[in-house]
Amino acid sequence: MIRHKIPAHLPVLLTLISLLFVNCLHKTTLVQKGIDEQTLHIGNQVEPQDLDPQIITGVQEFRIISALFEGLTILDPKDLHPLPGAARTWSVSGDGRTFTFFLRKNGKWSNGEPVIASDFVFSFKRMLSPRLGSEYSYMLFCMKNAEAYNKGAIKNFSEVGVKALDDTTLIISLAKPTPYFLSLVSHSSWYPVNPKTILKFGSMDERGTRWTRQGNIVGNGPFMLDKWHLMTVIELKKSPFYWDHANVKLNRLCFYPIDNTQTEERAFRTGQLHITTSLPLNKIEWYKAHNPVVLRLDPYLATYFYLVNINRPPLNDVRVRTALSMAIDRESIVKNILKGGQLPAWCFTPPNTGGYTCPPQLRFDTTEARRLLAEAGFSATKSFPPFSLLYNTSETHHTIAQAIQEMWKKYLNVKVNLKNQEWKVYLAATHSQDYDIARMGWSGDYNDPNSFLDMWITGGGNNRTGWSNPAYDTLISQASECLDQEKRFALFQKAENILLEQLPIIPIYFNTNDFLADPSVKGWYPNILNYHPYSFVYLEKQSYTKLRSR
Amino acid sequence: MLKFILKRFFLETIPSLLVIATITFFLIRLAPGGPFSGEKSIDPQVLAQLNAHYGLDKPLVVQYVNYLANVSHGDFGPSFKYPNRSVTELIGQSFPVSLELGLFALIFAVVFGVGAGIVASLRPNTFSDYAPMSIAMVGICVPTFVLGPLLILVFGLHLEIFNVSGWAFPRDRVLPALTLGMAYVAYIARLTRGGMLEMLFQDFIRTARAKGLNEFQVLFKHALKGGLLPVVSFLGPAAAGLITGSFVVETIFQIPGLGRFFVMAAFNRDYTMIMGIVLFYAFLIIMLNTLVDIALTMLNPRLKLK
Repeated sequence: MIRHKIPAHLPVLLTLISLLFVNCLHKTTLVQKGIDEQTLHIGNQVEPQDLDPQIITGVQEFRIISALFEGLTILDPKDLHPLPGAARTWSVSGDGRTFTFFLRKNGKWSNGEPVIASDFVFSFKRMLSPRLGSEYSYMLFCMKNAEAYNKGAIKNFSEVGVKALDDTTLIISLAKPTPYFLSLVSHSSWYPVNPKTILKFGSMDERGTRWTRQGNIVGNGPFMLDKWHLMTVIELKKSPFYWDHANVKLNRLCFYPIDNTQTEERAFRTGQLHITTSLPLNKIEWYKAHNPVVLRLDPYLATYFYLVNINRPPLNDVRVRTALSMAIDRESIVKNILKGGQLPAWCFTPPNTGGYTCPPQLRFDTTEARRLLAEAGFSATKSFPPFSLLYNTSETHHTIAQAIQEMWKKYLNVKVNLKNQEWKVYLAATHSQDYDIARMGWSGDYNDPNSFLDMWITGGGNNRTGWSNPAYDTLISQASECLDQEKRFALFQKAENILLEQLPIIPIYFNTNDFLADPSVKGWYPNILNYHPYSFVYLEKQSYTKLRSR
Repeated sequence: MLKFILKRFFLETIPSLLVIATITFFLIRLAPGGPFSGEKSIDPQVLAQLNAHYGLDKPLVVQYVNYLANVSHGDFGPSFKYPNRSVTELIGQSFPVSLELGLFALIFAVVFGVGAGIVASLRPNTFSDYAPMSIAMVGICVPTFVLGPLLILVFGLHLEIFNVSGWAFPRDRVLPALTLGMAYVAYIARLTRGGMLEMLFQDFIRTARAKGLNEFQVLFKHALKGGLLPVVSFLGPAAAGLITGSFVVETIFQIPGLGRFFVMAAFNRDYTMIMGIVLFYAFLIIMLNTLVDIALTMLNPRLKLK
């Protein structure tokens, strides 16, 4: 037997004492410190692909680069109307095809150089350059000859509808009237980049250069890149060169790539974050009951729907598609499953999209659904053949699919097999139309019904249903040429009526943006684009009872 | 020794890596979906441009040969997902984090595992044996995705001693290392117990006691060296497993390690990143096993390197 010279309980005692000592040191949270220092800590879900406005495609990247760069306009975070950004003012020609932007004389890059009109010309040329392979180049196609240049049909960029008249005057000529153009140019695809910085690290259209690295990147936004620790944090500091820096209250922004929603929620709860990207579904009810002041259920410009492969019988029968739609209890889904303030989708375009609201077209009517199914030839003697419902791996998608599977069984006696696939496999299946019914979601790139309704034109890249309707195509085309908003909305309404009569897609609900926000965060307004210019945001000390989730 | 190392490298390591590279290269391209597919459709022309930029428009065999040629010069290519970063850079930045996490977990596993094994071996089939073994078994029975959140709940949320996520501060290593190392405590404890029991009943141990050595000297000077042989054999795969298998822990605690990059690369179909990490891990495992073989011969003179 070993004779213990050291008491056995001593290591345990020492461990406890050191833990208590550590606990005493660990008192001020990042959130509390951030309020004092005007440093905003934001959960940003994933490591950004890049910070190059002409390469990135994701929402998470946009949240960062919207602080580093500024477009010709920005949007008012309260009602999303266009405000002067890099351009102090503008004028529009009578036919709505020519916009003249007058840039700020005090607009500067973060290296102190002035922002001039030719910087925008360079940036648009880079964005449309075929060799760069920008996935968002189509956002500039409203400009005259932009698409032709991007496709290589024309080689001379001077034929594209953008000109720098002088250092502070930029003229953009459009291929057709685009009523939402002033909102469109606030999108990251229209951001300027500093030509000298781009060319220092490679050619204009060279992909993957080091120009966005810490120490290299130059932007014209309210913040500049200070630190970029891969997979840990991206820190921005206030730019002294920004034209309105005196009114920017925040000093620093810190973006954390926390991809696990549970981890992010815990980080918020322990004072590591002011704002999260999302919120686990199972936490919504608790926060509603115990800590509603931090819960945000903001409206969002997005629709959750099911694609229907109309080339697969019997889904090619509109009566079948209508019956399936009518047998979905959307109210129950948003009330009992989602619980995040989502709205049942009785049409496709979310309400008040750029001022357009489609009146309810769909309804929950199980009696009519059964009648339609019987009319289509399916009854007790001829049962409906089972089909699959495809979705990508996600607890939410699975739960909703289970509910709808149950509804179709209960109300229509239709058997559905659930098919869960990993994201890329699911994408390959939907792109190649290898599915019966598949889940999909769509969020608008800009606040206009066109962003939703032009998806379903014949041959549209995002139209994965096989559906084609010449009347629909004509209406969308007419709307894109129309300057009168009322007439335009009327055309969209007619198009949406066709879409909802034919139902190549079955809308389920309109999304909300559910997340957590510390009450100290001010200027983070609820808007459907989830758009929050940081020059409007600041931190204010609040006193509230700190509660924890059970 | 040198002959052994050279033989291991040229006759075993290089062919193994070649086979692994070949299988991985073709397998990952069989998976549906590509690196540039997304929910919003990509313009065919843009896709063609991206494929040309990354050499994906060439025949597969040409891509394979080009890839091997580049790797032979140490160039693993750019990441498809992070276009302005090379695979080498991403591995270079994230591997040290996984290494640090793995090492802390290994130290924890060895210290507590060996300790528990020694205590258990001193009085076999008694409470002193059952208690540490049972506690150690918790590590095997409770998976990391359960243990991690439990530790966070107690020490992060209720006691507020540690941060619930992140890798910024020294104390951020504690909970992840505990979570990751716990499973290995049980294995090491059982191996130590078995090895020590075998040693403690040897004649030379009886002789040492008969000659008047105290129990501490008998245990740590004579028995432990032989008793740890099974543990040392296990340490190679254990170290490799800890360093390469930390994805779940890295995700729970948001640690910027290589494991997270690896799984994300698979989901993103980031071919170059997958290839680079697979080859890196393979090389690491081979090297660790080689080190274990060398260490074993040092501990046991009867063994010879072949």
